[in-house]
Amino acid sequence: MDLSIFLILLQDGVINGAIYALLGLSLVLVFTVTRVIFIPQGEFVSFGALTLALLERGQTPATIWLLLALGVVSAVAQVWQGRRTLSARRVLAIAGTDLALPAAVAAVTMLLAPMKPPVAVQIALTLAIITPMGPYIYRMAFQPLAEASTLVLLIAAIGVHLALTGLGLVFFGAEGSRTEPFSSAMFEIGSLLVSGQSLWIMGVTAALVAALGAFFELTLTGKALRATAVNRLGARLVGIAPSMSSAIAFTLAGFIGALSGVLVSPLTTIYYDTGFLIGLKGFVAAIIAGLASYPIAGAAAILVGVVEALASFWASSFKEVIVFLIIIPVLLWRTWGAPVVEEDDH
Amino acid sequence: MKKAFRIAAFTAAVTISVSALGLIASGSVARAADPVRIGVTVSSTGPAASLGIPEANAVALLAKEVAGHPVQYIVLDDGTDTTKGVANMRKFISEEKVDAVVGSSVTPVTLAMVEVGAENKVPVVSLAANAKIVEPVDDKRKWAFKTPQNDRLMAKGIADHMAANGVKSVGFIGFTDAYGEGWLEEIKPALESKGIKLVAVERYNRPDTSVTGQALKLMAAKPDAIMVAGAGTPAALPARTLKERGFKGPIYQTHGAANNDFLRVGGKDVEGSVLPAGPVLVADQLPDNHPSKKVAQKFIADYEAKYGKGSVSTFGAHMYDAGLLLQAAIPAALKVAKPGTPEFRAALRDAIENAKDVVYTQGVVNMTPTDHVGQDDRARVMVQIKDGAWKLLPAGK
Repeated sequence: MDLSIFLILLQDGVINGAIYALLGLSLVLVFTVTRVIFIPQGEFVSFGALTLALLERGQTPATIWLLLALGVVSAVAQVWQGRRTLSARRVLAIAGTDLALPAAVAAVTMLLAPMKPPVAVQIALTLAIITPMGPYIYRMAFQPLAEASTLVLLIAAIGVHLALTGLGLVFFGAEGSRTEPFSSAMFEIGSLLVSGQSLWIMGVTAALVAALGAFFELTLTGKALRATAVNRLGARLVGIAPSMSSAIAFTLAGFIGALSGVLVSPLTTIYYDTGFLIGLKGFVAAIIAGLASYPIAGAAAILVGVVEALASFWASSFKEVIVFLIIIPVLLWRTWGAPVVEEDDH
Repeated sequence: MKKAFRIAAFTAAVTISVSALGLIASGSVARAADPVRIGVTVSSTGPAASLGIPEANAVALLAKEVAGHPVQYIVLDDGTDTTKGVANMRKFISEEKVDAVVGSSVTPVTLAMVEVGAENKVPVVSLAANAKIVEPVDDKRKWAFKTPQNDRLMAKGIADHMAANGVKSVGFIGFTDAYGEGWLEEIKPALESKGIKLVAVERYNRPDTSVTGQALKLMAAKPDAIMVAGAGTPAALPARTLKERGFKGPIYQTHGAANNDFLRVGGKDVEGSVLPAGPVLVADQLPDNHPSKKVAQKFIADYEAKYGKGSVSTFGAHMYDAGLLLQAAIPAALKVAKPGTPEFRAALRDAIENAKDVVYTQGVVNMTPTDHVGQDDRARVMVQIKDGAWKLLPAGK
């Protein structure tokens, strides 16, 4: 291996790592706020990418029906859970976010999809379709279990993952799709060929990380999320509703997932089940960060991407093995190095 | 979208109605002509769904009556899962009392099913391609047959084409699963026999998002041509990366890539690729004297009438061929025993093994006690991708 090959691999790894970083951050966010290890994170990537691919072909994506269905279920769940304290204003608010919003998104999509709108509109539609699924899934599957142990929440997350994968096959079929790149520009830097798309990925990732940082540091909602992450009970005592924080965390998860899908789909073919593997690599990064630290998760994700790229060059048959092996020394180090904290769920 | 849903709904409907029929038939109503019951298990979900869905669709086109006996098909999904495939197999045998089983879509699941078939003496017609399913014919594989072409036959086509076009060295990139391994095993001797060197071997996974590392390593070995052993749309990724990295030589694909989604996803990156395929892929371009032309055209017309234009794939043809094989064998077995009995199953096995000159959509089949595939060179054509479509290459070029 000479320097130029190493650089190409490094570049490849960093680009993939940027996507893993987005997903890793989102996993850390959801876990710290809600204690849910959000396995279905990857499904948002597939749904986002394939929804965009269908819009690009001028077809109406079936994900809008899923959005409507999830909205209805979420509304019913909320009305049922709050049946003793329901006020007219509350019902109206629920109807607005869970029924009117998805209906509006679906209507706009059906109207615009056959007209093949410009790429920016397609991407906005995709994000509008996929993002609300995050909070709806939370209301449907996780809010009723909010006080359950991490293990129960994990099992629920796996259930949601399996259901979404199955729906993905029904919606998108078994074969994959690839979307048009945002930019087909190519730059030559020495022996490196840098595509415009990869610059987009790096740029959007950096911007999103900065925006998340600002959100947590500067806004009241962001601070409320951090407070919930540090201490749920304490946050409640000072008047932060954990269910509100959780719903916001899931909204961000939905948004980041869909955005990752939109970013990655021009680079490679996405299948209905590709998202799971991408999400899993984000998960490796999140684990390395102890499901707690955002900067470490981001750095670890880049590391995962680079290791993956190098492994595919040296030992392609063992690529996945090598990537997932990273997790073992980290777990060992975390078990031996850190004091054991028992989860107080009994 | 709607189509995918319709397919799923249709499969479910077929399953339900067929099993409902089965309930009625097992009563006293249908004693007049005993139905022949065929269990079908394919991978309509999971990693091999792109194979399993067209296979399940093609069941609707199979013969509903043979020699005066109704034929019933019970379709189950095994989710590309070996355990589930075996469970389906046991269900077919103990609950549904089938006379033969067709399936599954991929080699690992099928190998496990063949064991169960032999144990219970039920013939299994495989839709998966690996030669190990039927070779060598021993006590177990006595009960196993296969409709897709052997990879060996396809590999020979590739090696011949390479030799004829002056390729001296080849790089190989394939799936890390049974498909890629099977191809590597077959292509090695085929290349050796032509004096072509295999200079680099790389692997990748079906859902991989990047194969840059593998592509660079292949190109570092400077092969004249590169061969990609992948199935369906994932086979387009290496071709794309190689083009991006400036590889100029010819790229060969396998027949696993031969579906229209591959063309859609591959676009101009797969232009010029050469691959071996079943004749059904280019049915309209076949010379009129090709034995399979008529059958293949009928299959395509029927399939597209039902599922829409451009929906046909060679995977569905494997199921159709399995139907043709059973259709040819059932009359002989009916002369020996009644359907639903162990004697009938044994007679059916013997009849399949003795099947002669059965015209598939993909070639002509002559089974023997040592060859449970029975195909010859007529089951393969060489195809090139030109202007985003499959183009038949004249023999020997």
